[in-house]
Amino acid sequence: MATQEKGRKFIVPIGPQHPALKEPGHFEFTVDGEIVTDATVRLGYVHRGIEKATESRSWVQNLYLLERICGICSHIHALAYCLGVEKLAGVTVPPRAQAVRVLVAELERIHSHLLWVGVAAHEAGFDTLFMYSWRDRETVMDLLEALTGNRVNYSANLLGGVKIDVTDEQSDAIWRGLDFLEDRTRHYLDITTSDSVFLRRTRGIGVTTPEQAKRLGLVGPTARASGIWHDLRVDAPYAGYADYPITMIVSDTGDLETRFVVRIKELFESYRVIRHILDTLPDGELVTRVPRRIKAGETISRVEAPRGELFYFIRSNGTDSPERIKVRTPTMCNMASVLALAVGHQLADMPMILVGVDPCFSCNDRTVVVDQGGARGGWTWEQLRQYGIDYYRRQP
Amino acid sequence: MIGGAGMANNLEDRWQQALEQVKTWARANSPWAIHFNSGSCNGCDIEILATLTPLYDVERLGIKLQGSPRHADVLLCTGPVTRQARDRLRRVYEQMPEPKFVIAVGSCAISGGAFQGCYNVIGHIDEVIPVDVYVPGCPPRPEAIIDGVAKLLQVLQGTEVTKPL
Repeated sequence: MATQEKGRKFIVPIGPQHPALKEPGHFEFTVDGEIVTDATVRLGYVHRGIEKATESRSWVQNLYLLERICGICSHIHALAYCLGVEKLAGVTVPPRAQAVRVLVAELERIHSHLLWVGVAAHEAGFDTLFMYSWRDRETVMDLLEALTGNRVNYSANLLGGVKIDVTDEQSDAIWRGLDFLEDRTRHYLDITTSDSVFLRRTRGIGVTTPEQAKRLGLVGPTARASGIWHDLRVDAPYAGYADYPITMIVSDTGDLETRFVVRIKELFESYRVIRHILDTLPDGELVTRVPRRIKAGETISRVEAPRGELFYFIRSNGTDSPERIKVRTPTMCNMASVLALAVGHQLADMPMILVGVDPCFSCNDRTVVVDQGGARGGWTWEQLRQYGIDYYRRQP
Repeated sequence: MIGGAGMANNLEDRWQQALEQVKTWARANSPWAIHFNSGSCNGCDIEILATLTPLYDVERLGIKLQGSPRHADVLLCTGPVTRQARDRLRRVYEQMPEPKFVIAVGSCAISGGAFQGCYNVIGHIDEVIPVDVYVPGCPPRPEAIIDGVAKLLQVLQGTEVTKPL
């Protein structure tokens, strides 16, 4: 604009309490008219310090704490932790337990993806789809509740196995539920790829090329929608995935519509695998004994959460509580793409671009120290405080 | 003369009383809620959202989730309070118009829950703002959340709160 003074910027602050998302995050979008020219994010409102807290709790107690890193993908956090601890302890989990773990993980993926379809539709102003998909999601919530006893935070895992079994009645109920959901999912795939109003909010918006996706380090369905062949269930099968193979869903268009398509097609894949598991559930024990003290050593475990690769580093010093647990969650990897994609888009597209990576702030808000030639190792409280003071002094 | 003034006063009182009744009726019939997550794991948040969707559908009872604290009567709080979120929680509460009510949803909001002792968690909701209703559970079922709101409305209307069976 001619009247605009040079160097003056108009910044739209959003959050931490905002109507678009249910979780706190603060965004600042610099705009020129309707077009976003710069974006910054401030995270950490739900940082609780769980990694540090694990060090003062026992191996078993940590199972329940780590499950509560995220309420949407609670099973997969506990699974990653269990797999790591079992590797350290050197125990082999019975095949039936591994199959049940995959079963719950896939049910959780269904619930998470349906939840995302709803929330993303809501951001686009398509509330009808939001209501329908959440109505159908209650089917899978009922199945999870029947199977594990809780709708959210199922705690199906134990160190060395699972605490739930699948009875014939439950198996029948899951079959019926999946038949209903498969029918509905086909309907959603149809709507999200044909509704002309909705397509104007998704088609060609937020295009991420495979090169960009690689450079930004995207993971999960967000990366697979940009043509990255990466799914840990296929690349490095864990738990029972070696026996129940998954077909990877990849598309290289990279816009928001593709993210819908990839996630919805993954639902069909989950339905297929769950049916496969129910058909061929191996007999046997559900749990093996894991010692109270875990042998000293360190390990990593990687699993495919609904949002992408979830990474756990676990170090034991031979006592009954871990020495260090480091968690790397998928949203943290994907958040960079939001800021990169925001530039050049209209302000009205921001909620859609943000929700396109399926953000989960409770997973996301963790301390990351970027080493810029400073001292290695941890920061003391005093150093952090001083850093904060210096940081604000440097601000204009 | 004195009797006349008394009459007028009485009339004014009655008018005030009627006005209060109308206000309470309106308030209890259509409470608008706002949701703030001050460090929750998302479990309670998706259950709060589930109460709005067709299976539970609280909008049929006049309850509406609102985007701005300035339009809200009820604050639904989830999670323990983190150092970062404390001031924001207090600010959201202060921006709400009087009279305002707070419902603490979930174990963490009541006591800190699983996150007790985490270095960045300063405690539970009623250490920061006053709380009217506590809904326990990790996370509470949507029915429990609706029950918490219903109990609050009963208190508002001055009727006796139903005891659990």
